Amino acid sequence: MATVNFVTFDGEQVEAPLVEGQSLMQVAIDNAVPGIDGDCGGEAACGTCHVVVDQQWAGRCSEPADAEEQMLEMNPDRQATSRLSCQIALSDDLGGLTVHLPEFQF
Amino acid sequence: MDTLDRVVATVQANVPMERQIQGLHLYQKAKARLLGTSRPAPFAEEPIPPVDQVGLADIDMSNPFMFRQGQWMPYFARLRDEAPVHFQANSRFGPYWSVTRYDDILTVDKDHETFSAEPFIVIGTPPPGLEVEMFIAMDPPRHDQQRQAVQGVVAPKNLKEMEGLIRERVCDVLDNLPVDEPFNWVDRVSVELTARMLATLLDFPYEERRKLVYWSDLAAGSEEATGGTSDTDEIFRGVRDMARAFTDLWHAKAARTAAGEAPGFDLISMLQANESTKDLVKRPMEFLGNLTLLIVGGNDTTRNSMTGGVLALNQFPDEFAKLKANPSLIPGMVSEIIRWQTPLAYMRRVATKDTVLNGQFIRKGDKLVMWYASGNRDGRHFDRPDDFIIDRSNARSHLSFGFGLHRCMGNRLAELQLRILWEELLARFDDIEVVGEPEHVQSNFVKGYSSLPVKLTRKAAS
Ligand code: HEM
Repeated sequence: MATVNFVTFDGEQVEAPLVEGQSLMQVAIDNAVPGIDGDCGGEAACGTCHVVVDQQWAGRCSEPADAEEQMLEMNPDRQATSRLSCQIALSDDLGGLTVHLPEFQF
Repeated sequence: MDTLDRVVATVQANVPMERQIQGLHLYQKAKARLLGTSRPAPFAEEPIPPVDQVGLADIDMSNPFMFRQGQWMPYFARLRDEAPVHFQANSRFGPYWSVTRYDDILTVDKDHETFSAEPFIVIGTPPPGLEVEMFIAMDPPRHDQQRQAVQGVVAPKNLKEMEGLIRERVCDVLDNLPVDEPFNWVDRVSVELTARMLATLLDFPYEERRKLVYWSDLAAGSEEATGGTSDTDEIFRGVRDMARAFTDLWHAKAARTAAGEAPGFDLISMLQANESTKDLVKRPMEFLGNLTLLIVGGNDTTRNSMTGGVLALNQFPDEFAKLKANPSLIPGMVSEIIRWQTPLAYMRRVATKDTVLNGQFIRKGDKLVMWYASGNRDGRHFDRPDDFIIDRSNARSHLSFGFGLHRCMGNRLAELQLRILWEELLARFDDIEVVGEPEHVQSNFVKGYSSLPVKLTRKAAS
């Protein structure tokens, strides 16, 4: 079965099953991945599901849309490959996707 | 910058801040005398009829006694069911739409292009001349620039540095509370702790911390803005004193840093260390706006969450028992307290273009009020919405901090302050018993308390 990988701020790897059609945030919540809040439930309206996509995967995820980009800009920990994980829709070709969790969610 | 802006900027940079405020006040008073503008009579409290005796079109949620009289729950319930996007044409604050369902509120809050936060986020208009620049009431790009300049002070990284000091100050307050005799929780705990928290944020002279509370209460309590009870002359005097105090604070901090003192984790140190804000004091309205926003934003909200938690646990004793048996529920309970209380009842927006919201046609220029207090009790989103359930699974999705670009900047600080308070309370006391009725604030904006009598029972030594 395809999986996605979260690397916590302390460097711990957490693997979760990839569910096609779900968002990465949803998968994180359903698998109790620590460090993802997802307060607004997937509307790109709170910024509390911030992840940094691993360099290896940088080109393979979509680019953030406007609303997401604006929320990311308000985050002081924003990095080049930052995304709101609620806006990453999972599909087959993202099997093995690896993202890093920031120290804090704002 | 156009010419007017340039003139304003020059004046701002050269005339001391408090003189500018004083000038504005005199100007407004003179104008009122010349034009004979008579202020409407202040709000008088009258009993609000039961909602089923009122026509739908007559429902006016801007009545500042709705919360005090406990009528807000049935009124909002009716609006959510019968007119979720509801127009009130004749309120004291002018015509406005009430948005009362969770999903509709989220739609409006997210869409800052269609729904502008300018010029004010309260339903009325603050006293003329007092429109200091706060980014909570600005749209991008100005909003983003100003928020980015100050948000570091309440970012989780900085909070880690402040946590020890906040806890120490909480312990000190709790260790000095009377036990086994009634006292006013609001004054002794909620206001006191909030004052300490704000003083910590600004590194404000500690003995004078209550001034911060006094100034923010004044600013939020204007009758024209929220149906509150602050007197306009007193507001002006307060803002003038605050301007002077904050300017002094800035210069004193700069002098101490120049003399070799290590910069702290407070807001002023942070602003002075940053290239784009190190001269902020020369842009007084922006400087004052940002500092005011921080204290006003953190004041009523945190205070009333501290009081609301005690009240909620007394109204739902099973939850209190659950909490005592399992203090690890505190972080989740903090979110539930903030949902249940909803310290700020709403934020207001103005439509920037014609649009349709849940079937209602909204015209460009119309005022909309997003009633968080209602959305947080919407059974379409929350199970048993009026119950206080400390381990509610979706408590974090509450609307109390807003959503979108303006989402509360101090949310993590507020959560931290409340978490520490409850950790230290449970460590010391067996019971926090409410022994009388709470008194509610007069406002359509602040959902809060001016007093709550409680009695503490100390925990048996184990
Ligand atoms: C339980 C406590 C608190 C509640 C319920 C609360 C509520 C809110 C709400 C509803 C907004 C507007 C959201 C929107 O328009 O979508 C807001 C914004 C803001 N709050 Fe809070 N607040 C709390 C604590 C604090 C604290 C402790 C601080 C600072 C020390 C603070 C500072 C701010 C600031 C600066 C903004 C403006 C953000 C912006 O416009 O980007 N708040 N808050």
